[in-house]
Amino acid sequence: MEQESLARSIAQHPLVAGMSDEHVDFLSGCVRNARLDEGQFLFREGQRADELYLIRSGKLALEIHDGARGTIVAETVGGGDALGWSTLFPPYRWELDARGVHFAHLFAIDGACLRAKLEADHDFGYAFTRRLLNEVHSRLQRARLQALDVYRARP
Amino acid sequence: MTVSSAPDPMLPEPLRIARAKRETHGVFTFELDVSARGGFPFLPGQFNMLYPFGAGESAISISSDPHQPDRLEHTIRAVGAVTRAIERLGRGDVVGVRGPFGSAWPIREAEGRDLVVIAGGIGLAPLRPVVYHALRRREAFGKVALLYGTRTPDDILYRKEIERWRGRLDVEVEVTVDTAGSDWRGNTGVVTKLISRAAFDPGRAFAMICGPEIMMRFCARELERLGVSLDRIWITMERNMRCGTGLCGHCQFGPSFVCKDGPVYRYDRVQDLLLVREV
Repeated sequence: MEQESLARSIAQHPLVAGMSDEHVDFLSGCVRNARLDEGQFLFREGQRADELYLIRSGKLALEIHDGARGTIVAETVGGGDALGWSTLFPPYRWELDARGVHFAHLFAIDGACLRAKLEADHDFGYAFTRRLLNEVHSRLQRARLQALDVYRARP
Repeated sequence: MTVSSAPDPMLPEPLRIARAKRETHGVFTFELDVSARGGFPFLPGQFNMLYPFGAGESAISISSDPHQPDRLEHTIRAVGAVTRAIERLGRGDVVGVRGPFGSAWPIREAEGRDLVVIAGGIGLAPLRPVVYHALRRREAFGKVALLYGTRTPDDILYRKEIERWRGRLDVEVEVTVDTAGSDWRGNTGVVTKLISRAAFDPGRAFAMICGPEIMMRFCARELERLGVSLDRIWITMERNMRCGTGLCGHCQFGPSFVCKDGPVYRYDRVQDLLLVREV
């Protein structure tokens, strides 16, 4: 019953919305609800990446620490975003910090469980990976624009 | 609103600076005294040629409220010789003004639809009159969203005004910066990220974008991806405007002149030109 309710909730998230009921049910076996308080770290750079997160609400800052410049916010993410691709690829280590800016609700997807299901059912694997690829594509486009520093004053 | 130009568009009219305000580092706003001429009517999106005597002219968008023609404001970024000369002026100094010139944002055409205003950096200045208009005639539009991206938290223009707009329940105002330290509690990331999160119906939305050309292209593509028809996306162009009347040819942009046929263009009419490197 609780699993059914979780599956219904996950199905509302943009990354999952539109997937078949069968695939959502399959995925929900790897999912738990999570929360993150303001100021709390969801993960830190270098730690083992063992969960992928679908953010339901709230705001998190993805931060990179540079000795000379201090902490730099690379991007903030919020409701509707997915976070944690490092959990899908070796060596399964976080490449930045994720800190709560505003209290957040998340779905935490167990990385090992997800990887096993992606391998076990390639139809599910394709459907899920395609959605994740779309997210990565958008993130890459944004990163390119950000790197161009378009608002810098140029005579 | 009615619009009238000075009798001779090539003759600068001396106007005194009534107020000067520093907005951010290198960006300032001048209010010009137009009381003696009975106001300065203009349409949102139009620009003036400002002339600090002896230093040359520069095309600057009008950034004040079109419903208050007794106040004429320009927000200027000091980046070249002319704008730096303007920056050195202060209250009581006189600047030459020609205008208003150019095409306007299609605010009447947008009525009855959701309005999405997307600004990048100093690009908020030419869109500020649109925001003023939309807020004054709020009932004429569906949802109204202002999405503003800039470089850092210190570069946010019209900060107090934005806070006031954010306080309204009938307009969505989102601000993001490209880079920030950990003390910044707002959004970090590019302005395109705000588009997909904004509450508007792509099927009935009208979008107006102003900022660097690359930023406008990325925004237009994101709007198109969401389903906004390209003929309902408008952008404003910047080229080397000199005469303001389409005679000198300095601002030629393909078959058009930005000072006369622009600076506001419908995106589908110029999108191919934006990709021509020689234009």
